[in-house]
Amino acid sequence: MKPPVLTIESGKKPRLATAALCGCFGCHMSLLDIDERILKLVDMVEFDRTPLTDIKTVGECEIGLIEGGVANTENVEVLRDFRRHCKILVAVGACAVNGGVPAMRNQFDVQDCLEEVYLNGIGVVDPQIPDDPEIPLLLDKVHPIHEVVHIDYFLPGCPPSADTLWTFLNELIEGKEISFPYSLIHYD
Amino acid sequence: MQEPPDSIQQISLTAPPWTDDNESIATQETHPGYALQMHQAESFINELLARADARPASGSLLQYLCLIQRQYSCIPETTVHVLAERLSIPASQVFSVIDFYTFLHRTPRGDFDILFSNNITDRMLGSQALFGRLCQILHVEPGVPRADGRVTVDWTSCTGLCDQGPGMLVNGIAVSSLDEKRINEIAEQVENKTPLKQWPADWFEIKDNIQRRDILLSDQIVNGSAIEALINKGAENLLQAIEQSGLRGRGGAGFPTAKKWRFCRDTKADDYYVVCNADEGEPGTFKDRVLLNSYADNLFEGMTVCAGIIGAKKGYLYLRGEYLYLREALEETLQQRRQSGLLGNNILGQEGFDFDIDIHLGAGAYICGEESALLESLEGKRGIPRKRPPYPVNQGLFGKPTVINNVETFINAAKIAVFGADWLRAAGTEQSAGTKLLSISGDCERPGIYEYPFGTSVSQILADCGAADTQAVQVAGAAGTTLTADAFERSICFEDLATGGSFMVFNQQRELLAMVKNFSDFFRHESCGFCTPCRVGGALINDLVNKVMVGHATQLDLEEMKNIGSLMQQASHCGLGATAPNAVLQTLEKFPDIYTARLANRSFEPAFDIDAALAPSRKITRRDDPGAHIAYEPEQSSKP
Amino acid sequence: MSATVTFLLDGKAIPFQDGDTVMDAALRAGEYIPHLCHNPEFTPHGSCRVCIVEVNGRHYSACTLPAAENMNVDNSSEAIMAKRRSLLQMLFVEGNHICPACEKSGACQLQAVAYYTRMLSPHFPHFFPRRSIDATHPDIIFYHNRCILCGLCERASRDVDGKNVFTISGRGMNSRVIFNSDSGKLGDSELSISDRAASICPVGAILPKSKGYQVPIGQRLYDTRPISLVGDSNIRRNDKT
Repeated sequence: MKPPVLTIESGKKPRLATAALCGCFGCHMSLLDIDERILKLVDMVEFDRTPLTDIKTVGECEIGLIEGGVANTENVEVLRDFRRHCKILVAVGACAVNGGVPAMRNQFDVQDCLEEVYLNGIGVVDPQIPDDPEIPLLLDKVHPIHEVVHIDYFLPGCPPSADTLWTFLNELIEGKEISFPYSLIHYD
Repeated sequence: MQEPPDSIQQISLTAPPWTDDNESIATQETHPGYALQMHQAESFINELLARADARPASGSLLQYLCLIQRQYSCIPETTVHVLAERLSIPASQVFSVIDFYTFLHRTPRGDFDILFSNNITDRMLGSQALFGRLCQILHVEPGVPRADGRVTVDWTSCTGLCDQGPGMLVNGIAVSSLDEKRINEIAEQVENKTPLKQWPADWFEIKDNIQRRDILLSDQIVNGSAIEALINKGAENLLQAIEQSGLRGRGGAGFPTAKKWRFCRDTKADDYYVVCNADEGEPGTFKDRVLLNSYADNLFEGMTVCAGIIGAKKGYLYLRGEYLYLREALEETLQQRRQSGLLGNNILGQEGFDFDIDIHLGAGAYICGEESALLESLEGKRGIPRKRPPYPVNQGLFGKPTVINNVETFINAAKIAVFGADWLRAAGTEQSAGTKLLSISGDCERPGIYEYPFGTSVSQILADCGAADTQAVQVAGAAGTTLTADAFERSICFEDLATGGSFMVFNQQRELLAMVKNFSDFFRHESCGFCTPCRVGGALINDLVNKVMVGHATQLDLEEMKNIGSLMQQASHCGLGATAPNAVLQTLEKFPDIYTARLANRSFEPAFDIDAALAPSRKITRRDDPGAHIAYEPEQSSKP
Repeated sequence: MSATVTFLLDGKAIPFQDGDTVMDAALRAGEYIPHLCHNPEFTPHGSCRVCIVEVNGRHYSACTLPAAENMNVDNSSEAIMAKRRSLLQMLFVEGNHICPACEKSGACQLQAVAYYTRMLSPHFPHFFPRRSIDATHPDIIFYHNRCILCGLCERASRDVDGKNVFTISGRGMNSRVIFNSDSGKLGDSELSISDRAASICPVGAILPKSKGYQVPIGQRLYDTRPISLVGDSNIRRNDKT
């Protein structure tokens, strides 16, 4: 299935939202790495919910960029919210694409992970596993986001380079079919 | 309680364990498989090796392992190292073989190892409820030995008892016609530790169930007459007769038999082999079971004729492990033939016509029905299909030219030798001379063996076996063709519906998706794992079938199944992978409703059950508040 | 001398000798056919299927397909590339391939072939199998998570080193590499760091200890140039010590 091409009403700027799920924010850092081109990006798009704007709720958007995998209930909710509001949803970076480094915990039972961190770990004071309803509950495994909602585009890399993100956004907004040169495809 | 056997005198190489006088009934703690002393292992293996000198087939690694498994209900690690040293092979090779075959285990099974046949036809006869009942009354978890080591209850792939199912294997021996009463009685025997040989003999009775005979099953030959024909006519003339008869392989692929024999005969070598493929593993097939039971002499006659033509001194009957109960009688038949001068040296007095046959037992691997995987298995390895070329006729068993044919093919060849080419030509069609044995099971009044001339229509067969209100027929097994009612005028022959003989009938009341799931589970279990598309694709497609079953699949998932299935067909290393997605792909095309009726009313569904994935964390935190759950989401936007 | 016989690979004439596979002839002619389980030093395996090509509407693995005169081989249509991508995606979801955390990243053939086919995601649901690591050997570490069952270590240890250290065991999705030693541990096997088997792994399953991440990002084998130009990471290189 071919990924969708972005269509925007003439004279309108596409709205862009971003979120980080279970990841390290490195992909967002990489977005900032486009350096002075960020000024062009501001001209190209209207920012919606993103850590860059500190807007907390996502509105109707053309483009949603998701960094990080799905590790807990909050990740699921944010991801679903983005899917509902974004015409085009993009998996950005290794964690969103295949679970990445956080998915290394899939080698262990979630119980063992929690016990190691909150009960048996070195330097633990007042050992107890948090059970407050305010705290997002962990899934038994960390999953890539395409296993939870439909994803339109994938940008691999840990993180995807600034050039990869820049190329992608430009081609997408220009309504082109996305194609990366060899140097922009990497998984680390 | 009886003592576990500590002497190799108690085991017999050919007789099944249930004929032993001192049957092992041991608890887990005293189980001989645990803490087996090195000297015990050594003496046991020494004895096996000593016997093997006289019996080459039993010299195969797999045969040793089958015997060790039967003795200890597992392959104790000690025996692996002793065996590896004696056979001068790496211990890792021994482990790799143990891990490949489902009847071999590194850890002990119960003293009674009960395996229910998992074919769809067994399920249609109620095997699931019987399985559940037996587990319940014996208090065992499926697949896990009971704490006292008494019993294991588990599933296994089709055992070839579809016409008298549900079937099971108890310590490798087939039990048919299970019902609730028999299950209760079996449980009682297990609880009473009754040795298997003291169980009621009628439980082990397997009927031939021949419902229709044609030339192959009717026209009898005298033992030795085909070999005499070979001696009188000469190899070349007889090969020409087989050529003229138009005989084609009965395993399903239909390769011209004479051509195969001639290729082999024309290959220069110092040794040649004849191998009979009796690894009848295609779900729903049981005609070889009947031929081996009642026509074994004809089979060995055909193999001997082949040996005479190609110049082989040695033949092997590769008998599927599920047919262990047939072995003793087959060995007796071989012995009688040796005594009658029909096997051994100077057969029928012909100087230099030396040929003998050994029986080699399989151990639960469908892939070994693939001829090159079978050869690997015979050589004591995992059953991984070889790459081709070279073909077995050029480089087969131990690298020597080898003819491998189906049981039915050899029997046909023996009869052609006696009756001539026209005998076969008189039946069948232009390109498919002769008859085909069909194993008919499922929704019909008279399941069993039916011999038909090639060219017989499916509708004729359905009428004969008493099938009414038929929704679908699965021809040629799990890897075969799914027929809708409008295709019942098609006929059984190589020009149209080629088959090894499996013919499973499904009436209108059946949920066909259950068949698809059963076959998909089967292929996931039986993939040898060698190539990527079959190993991984088979598991992915199986997960998607299960997603459909539980009502969580979408149109996207159906498209995905088609893509994966098509890649498996195109890219797989062997026929198993290439045919594994057949049932999925064909039912998607011919019975789309069985899928669409179960689709979720959504455009996308997660790949896993999100709320279930929270269960471990809920348990650890003892949370059950709304935030500790993820609701099944109402339809998301218009995506994709 | 007989006249040169050729077949067509993407329309280009490739000379071949008697007994050549399509892969043999193509590699000799400097043409790239993506592959993982193949290495010219060893007898072909044909298990990864990544070298899938199309000839007259039928599909074959190029590494096991005998070359024949006038054969017309499709090695690079989008249809063939899509099939290769799917096969690679299957390998990625079958194991645990966390590239950012892998010492082999940048010089990994699985990764490089995936880059070559423009694979952007693993596409399928992940199996996330639980697999162990064997670090018992003083010089070598084995990550089962990254093993793609190509069988090269098995062939190298048996055919070159004469040791039979590695064997593929089990069946189906339970297939895995096991080690030949009394304990079953790699450290108790005869494997030596100078063995061919120790350097044959096309992915990061078999790695030398204490040598991780030595080459800076940007200078690694496949960082800037594709595997079709650079070649395999596991071929013997004369300039390598």
